[in-house]
Amino acid sequence: MGFLAGKRALIVGLLSDRSIAYGIAEAMRREGAELAFTYQMDRFQERVTKLAANFDSSIILPCDVADDAQIDNLFVELGKHWDGLDIIIHSVAFVPKVALDGDYLDSVTREYFRVAHDVSSYSFAALAKAGLPMMEGRNGSMLTVSYLGAERSLPNYNVMGLAKASLEAGVRYMAQSLGPKGIRVNAVSAGPIKTLAASGISGFDKILGFNEKHAPLRRNVTIEEVGNTAAFLSSDLASGITGEITYVDGGMNTTVAAVVG
Amino acid sequence: MSDIEQRVKKIVAEQLGANEADVKNSSSFVDDLGADSLDTVELVMALEEEFDCEIPDEEAEKITNVQQAIDYVSVHLK
Repeated sequence: MGFLAGKRALIVGLLSDRSIAYGIAEAMRREGAELAFTYQMDRFQERVTKLAANFDSSIILPCDVADDAQIDNLFVELGKHWDGLDIIIHSVAFVPKVALDGDYLDSVTREYFRVAHDVSSYSFAALAKAGLPMMEGRNGSMLTVSYLGAERSLPNYNVMGLAKASLEAGVRYMAQSLGPKGIRVNAVSAGPIKTLAASGISGFDKILGFNEKHAPLRRNVTIEEVGNTAAFLSSDLASGITGEITYVDGGMNTTVAAVVG
Repeated sequence: MSDIEQRVKKIVAEQLGANEADVKNSSSFVDDLGADSLDTVELVMALEEEFDCEIPDEEAEKITNVQQAIDYVSVHLK
């Protein structure tokens, strides 16, 4: 029996079989969790439905995380399938592509700042608020996905780095809010992975190359590795862990460089 | 059919859920094979993986049919 047997998880952010959410779903299903998924807009419904079938899931619900009414409706609909929820996975981020290219001050605007923080950070709190009634009294877990660009600057990541910093701070504040209710809140800070979302970041291949050269493990990480850690953090095996940012990055955050020159 | 052509067509068929027989050199990803914008991004990623090459955004935008993909890979194959 897997370490997530009997757990029910809602996964927000599945878009392709390269999504980090796909790696998380794979690990969680393998460990026995029942899964439900969301899709952002109608044209993704068929795509997510096909992917969800790989995890024996037929609960596929619409939800644009920028819209509170849709978030509320998501849990109304989910409640028709399940009488309770143990796990929320938040693997969502967005800002228009032009904000992820070039000099930070040149690319950032009030509107891009707002959108990045709204979709990539506030949405985690919004899901927590709306999902809480279904999760109370069940040793629940909420987990989001971040990146080292939250703490260190790097080219082109720009305003998304600020949004991820906000998201990571949110993990700590949400952990305090929800800890007394028995719900843990954590993040996985993943090394760079070539996902559909990452393809919007200018020069992403160079970031992958840099990490491969300098990370202590001398390679990039996979969605399976992120998924395994996410599954662990969402399980009762991690019952003493909350408010944490856990790095699945081959050790990149612990080093300055492997070689000089 | 060259080896590259065969491999490109196989990947296009897989990524876009088409029959390999329907993937012609002149097939447009969007107009003939029904790809949406996400499909085309995924297709480029799959080609990069298969041929171990990098296709920069500005080049990827110009690859809209099967022959253009074959041409790009043929020139840039390591």
